[in-house]
Amino acid sequence: MQGLIDTFFNIAVMAQYLPKVLEGMVITVLLAIAVVLTGLALGFVLAVVRSAGLRVVNVLIVLFADVFRAVPPLVILITIYFALPTVGLRFTGFESAWIGLSLVLAAFAEEVIWAGILSVPRGQWEAARSSGLGFAQAMRLVILPQALRLTIAPLTSRAIVITKNTALASVVAVGEILYQAQAAYSFSYNPSPLTLGAIAYLVLFIPLVWLGRWVETRFAWKR
Amino acid sequence: MEALISGFFNLQILTEAAPYLAQGLAMTLMLSLVAVPLGLAGGLALALASTSRSRLLRWSAVVYTDLFRAFPPLVLLLFVAFGLPFLGFKPPAFIAVAIAFLLNTSSYYGEILRAGIESVPGGQHEAARATGLGRWQSLRYVIVPQAVRNVVPDLISNTLEVVKLTSIASVVALPELLYTARQVQSVTYNASPVIAAGLIYLVLLWPLVRLLSRYERQAVSIR
Repeated sequence: MQGLIDTFFNIAVMAQYLPKVLEGMVITVLLAIAVVLTGLALGFVLAVVRSAGLRVVNVLIVLFADVFRAVPPLVILITIYFALPTVGLRFTGFESAWIGLSLVLAAFAEEVIWAGILSVPRGQWEAARSSGLGFAQAMRLVILPQALRLTIAPLTSRAIVITKNTALASVVAVGEILYQAQAAYSFSYNPSPLTLGAIAYLVLFIPLVWLGRWVETRFAWKR
Repeated sequence: MEALISGFFNLQILTEAAPYLAQGLAMTLMLSLVAVPLGLAGGLALALASTSRSRLLRWSAVVYTDLFRAFPPLVLLLFVAFGLPFLGFKPPAFIAVAIAFLLNTSSYYGEILRAGIESVPGGQHEAARATGLGRWQSLRYVIVPQAVRNVVPDLISNTLEVVKLTSIASVVALPELLYTARQVQSVTYNASPVIAAGLIYLVLLWPLVRLLSRYERQAVSIR
């Protein structure tokens, strides 16, 4: 038992690497916030553009959404970080993770918001337009308020999933929690820093799991 | 344009890489064929536990689910792969990946199946018991089949995520599709194999993505 504690909960090792893991937590939180903001914003814009009904544009949007929903996020990050430099496009690890995860979240968000827009009965559009509202006004004042309410639950769970994917950024050398914990593990050859990293993730994500569960029951997709 | 083609779609390198990528793809498929049934079986057990009458079972299921949904899968995988050897058990990479996937995916499938079971009206169980079926028979022949049918889109969506997730096994050097692609990339200094791997994932998973879009649209249009 003592051996187990020395191996996985070695206080001395944990104390030594705590500052590094805390640093990692800051990076994880920053990356997660950046990804959720840009990802949701891009998904929202794409869904609204899609409802304008321009055929060529819509084909491109659907293609984008399909590609980024089908290809694993890790493959996307590795492509941005390791493959794009061969054609002269260079991004830092943080930028690669930010761009890659934002595109993935945007693809899912676009589909969810588009489904929400579709769910608003056609008559609402026609009534709004015939009462003299323009496209943008009808969208903003009539369609979106009804559409977005339905999308809250699925968007929240997607956003939570994507913030967990920030751990993938460790593969492209971003100094977030997992990267710091792994580095500390290989310096100390003791898995306690990994335990510390795991605890850091629990501290950040258990509240999110609970938030997700609450939102799911509060704003259920079905009525 | 020339640089883009020779850097990303280099036919000569792709011909050399093809046999390795095929082996990687086989490993990815095998891993998926192990991870999905394991996760489903674990998830069903969790769902039954979390809807059972025993408070102890219900609470253990909730704790397990929240705990393993809070860890990013990659964190879980590294913890299993690097931590278990310190307990005197050094699993082969495939086993380590399978254990991490079982812990992670069963909690997701469990949540989905629990929602499914809860969506079956209580009268179904009472009617089944009244016709003389035992508790297990009622679950097996009446409750679970209806529960599964009610959550098919979510099950497909999660299965898509699990197959995509197998790419993280590359981090612990399991030679699946992404790992082999990166190996060939580092030998040839050319990104084509990674791009090809991305395209293979796309071809493999695109039908599931399309199917999901259709389900999503149906879900909002029947309301």
